[in-house]
Amino acid sequence: MAEVTIRNTVLMALFAAIMAVLGAFPNIPVPGIPAPITAQSLGVMLAGGILGARYGALSLILFLILVAAGLPLLSGARGGFAVFFGATAGFLFGWVIAAFVIGLLIEKFWNRLNYFSAFLACIIGGIIILYAIGIPWVAYAAKIPLGKAFWGSVAYIPGDLIKAAIASVVIVAVAKSYPIIQSK
Amino acid sequence: MLTSTYYAGQSFLHTTRPLFKVLALFLVCTLLFVFDTWFVLTPICLAVFGLYGIAGIPRSEILLALRPAFWMLLFIFIVQIYFESLQLASFVILRFVTMILAASLLTLTTKTSDLIAALEQFFNRFLPEHIAETISLAFSLCFRFIPLVRQTFDEVTEAQKARGHHKDWRALATPTIIRTLKSADEISQAIIARSVETSHLSAANERRDREHS
Amino acid sequence: MIKIENVGVSKENKTILAAISVTLTEPRIGIIGSNGSGKSTFAKLLNGLERATTGAVFVNDAPIGKNNKTALGKVGFVFQNPDNQIVFPIVVEDLAFGLKKSGLSKQQIQSRITTYLEQFGLRHLLERRTHELSGGEKQLIALIGVLLMEPEIIVLDEPTTLLDLRNRSILLKLLAELPQKLIIVSHDLALMAEMDRLLWIENGNIHQDGSPEAVISAYRQFAESES
Repeated sequence: MAEVTIRNTVLMALFAAIMAVLGAFPNIPVPGIPAPITAQSLGVMLAGGILGARYGALSLILFLILVAAGLPLLSGARGGFAVFFGATAGFLFGWVIAAFVIGLLIEKFWNRLNYFSAFLACIIGGIIILYAIGIPWVAYAAKIPLGKAFWGSVAYIPGDLIKAAIASVVIVAVAKSYPIIQSK
Repeated sequence: MLTSTYYAGQSFLHTTRPLFKVLALFLVCTLLFVFDTWFVLTPICLAVFGLYGIAGIPRSEILLALRPAFWMLLFIFIVQIYFESLQLASFVILRFVTMILAASLLTLTTKTSDLIAALEQFFNRFLPEHIAETISLAFSLCFRFIPLVRQTFDEVTEAQKARGHHKDWRALATPTIIRTLKSADEISQAIIARSVETSHLSAANERRDREHS
Repeated sequence: MIKIENVGVSKENKTILAAISVTLTEPRIGIIGSNGSGKSTFAKLLNGLERATTGAVFVNDAPIGKNNKTALGKVGFVFQNPDNQIVFPIVVEDLAFGLKKSGLSKQQIQSRITTYLEQFGLRHLLERRTHELSGGEKQLIALIGVLLMEPEIIVLDEPTTLLDLRNRSILLKLLAELPQKLIIVSHDLALMAEMDRLLWIENGNIHQDGSPEAVISAYRQFAESES
């Protein structure tokens, strides 16, 4: 194995583990919406924003395989194959794409990366793209009209904006003091 | 945290090869969407319940498997009744219940380690050796890193508490990430240092074996 | 025998090691120096973790380089923090990792692991989770992971800093009995006093080289005059 591959493998595993640890954080239950707000979408933003498109997405695939293998690593100690057949499975698969898009944008903004551009990347990848995958999935699987499925998800947007803000602070701080993307 | 919901048993479901079960699961769930009718859903649903009986899994496990999805399903049920009909609502919910139970059955009858081993075997067979090796290294490293990340987070939390920052996300997230990145880089170095060729070992062993015989 | 010929290391236009030449033949060699003096880089040169910008490193007359992995296999490296050296979640898995490329069969690997653990009275750790080991146990497992590969030379980076007194003395006793050549980087002057030869690295150069008594007393004077 080449040295580059080993380092990237280790970093991928690290972010899969960070996802797992974030999953153990207590959920914030919100009255009126069926799924709790979790810290894990923060992990998705960090994986893409710190590792870049390719390895960020791969780290989430690795994480989802561990979940599929039966480990209760999703928030609320959920795990096993069942989570990929529930109504919100689209959001799980969407994580991979979201991390990829965030990584791609951060790589693009790299030379003039600041809080604003990082925040923008997290919103585009972690909210817009993610919802664009997750909501039609719910609509299809639950036979709900798209518009109604969308209104059912609006309640999560404020929480996701806060997470995008936190993620952008961390992404910029890491880019300044311990850059991974550049050193590839 | 790292224990799955495996339910020990001796049934044929427990002994079937894991990848075969995964394949069957995907097949069944695809069927449920392609043939969007009660005529397909009802027999499959009954079959899944039958398999729970054959696998010797108690009813309480069925409820446990459905619990995480309960609020979501209730929500969908209400929305469906409100906008569509009771019939459509029950169909959609029963289809979710069937899929979730079928998937849980896989998890209940397959050890996590067996599933990962099966996956590694699959990769070994169909991917170039160095890629398969990298993937299995990544799995192991995940298990190694989960306690490391948690420990680092706890240490950072304590240090920030001592400085008067309570539950301040910025003060926790950045140092945790940077510290774990540094550890990850040292681990990479250790892996490189430890994965050097040591073919002199097997040569020495063969010599030893020859001298013994 | 390790021979270092005119080796320099620089990173991003900063010189970390200036052209160093030295031949190391003694069984126990210590390396001291201030933080950031270049001594860690020096240690990592010996097993190829750092590459020389200029010059070359030879282990038993074979040059260390990308194309010579056998030479690297002869030098084992024990990192300062065993948490970052132990790669796998279970002790036996971790110990088996280094032997993967040895060409030994699975059974041979297994029996070698148990033999080594038994030799150090640590057989009971075989199936334990690595993150649950105590600090002293971790350091010993990290060391055994290196010993298993039967290197001819072992480089240890600060082996005692994270250990309590009891574990320190267990480790030192164990090191004293090893047949391999040891190169130890450390601030632990009591340990350094027992070496056969001591190098003091400062500002990327070998500042002094000689018997431990002479080098340590010069180092003490230097450290006190600086403060």
